[in-house]
Amino acid sequence: MEQHVFDRLMRDDKLPHMWCRGCGNGIVLQSIIRAIDRTGIDQDKAVIVSGVGCSSRANNYTDFCGLHTTHGRPIAFATGVKMANPELQVIVVTGDGDSTSIGGNHFIQAARRNIDLTVVVFNNSNYGMTGGQYSPTTPVGAFTRTSVYGNIEPAFDVCRLAEGSGATYVARSTTYHVQSLIKYIASGITHKGFSVIDAMCDCPTLFGRINGLGDGAKMIAAWPEKTVSIEKAGTLSADELEEKVIIGEFVNSSRRSEYTEKYARIIEEAQRERADLK
Amino acid sequence: MKQEEKVDFRLNREYCKACGICTALCPKKAISADDEGKPSMINEEACIMCRLCELRCPDFAIRIGRMQ
Ligand SMILES: Cc1ncc(C[n+]2csc(CCOP(=O)(O)OP(=O)(O)O)c2C)c(N)n1
Ligand code: SF4
Ligand code: SF4
Repeated sequence: MEQHVFDRLMRDDKLPHMWCRGCGNGIVLQSIIRAIDRTGIDQDKAVIVSGVGCSSRANNYTDFCGLHTTHGRPIAFATGVKMANPELQVIVVTGDGDSTSIGGNHFIQAARRNIDLTVVVFNNSNYGMTGGQYSPTTPVGAFTRTSVYGNIEPAFDVCRLAEGSGATYVARSTTYHVQSLIKYIASGITHKGFSVIDAMCDCPTLFGRINGLGDGAKMIAAWPEKTVSIEKAGTLSADELEEKVIIGEFVNSSRRSEYTEKYARIIEEAQRERADLK
Repeated sequence: MKQEEKVDFRLNREYCKACGICTALCPKKAISADDEGKPSMINEEACIMCRLCELRCPDFAIRIGRMQ
């Protein structure tokens, strides 16, 4: 009988994990594991790179090569890994703070280059690890430890940010819609170019509690009401779309060439030039 | 599920944190929380083997399949 995917790709000795009861991070991690499995990539050729945050603890539980880096910098480290060894499949696990606040610049530059990384943003609308401060994706009006009168900053739309910066695969799903979440992560991995999957998930302990949203089970059950598919969104007015989270595949394009492939040609050219000089 | 295809519902009680996600979202209410808040299979016949309980468990605690 075939071994269960958890037995093959997870490190059982590290479980149970550190996340709170009902925290969505485990569902996103499970989706990544299943997506990698679905693409059939070699376990020894996958590298998972994380920053710092509750979500960035994810790669500690997986049985792949991994780098647990510094806050905001996983995309920079991942770029180094991919440049040094382009045949590796590099997957970045990062929080909304990690990727769009302190790491926002790395995020947009990597998208601009269209380097072949798959970035999974564990988007729980706040800084979990440090006690629930607001992040660039916290919705307007939401309460957090640092927006006790309600957040006055407009939120980044991670997908539009990725698309505007040049990402060539962009999708969003939620922990409720786990089947499409797995599908999009798998598509992001197979896609050659910079891929971003905005994985909406819940932090019941901090964001949930301070906003009176109930426990993890209540929060996950609310996603169908809060979301609308990209197909349906096209038929709705701006007013109707207000406060809705659009889910689906936003970009899937092979029009722009990938960075490490272009760089390989530079290496070749430089080597040829050097050989000619001899 | 047909009678002859028995459901093999396995829970790792050590990993389960009793969050209630699996039982709240089972589309057929085939699983239900026990007195510790952890799921148990209460209606095998109702289970359609969608495996959503396993997929949505944040704690890697559920494995569901058919009895071999
Ligand atoms: C350079 C640096 N600045 C700040 C911190 C403190 N810090 C740790 S995690 C974190 C934010 C975590 O939020 P997010 O990335 O959204 O991940 P989550 O914990 O919500 O999964 C911050 C500010 C740090 N570790 N290093
Ligand atoms: S604090 Fe929030 S994000 Fe961190 S483990 Fe707990 S529920 Fe998850
Ligand atoms: S979803 Fe997982 S952790 Fe939560 S109650 Fe069910 S088995 Fe336990």
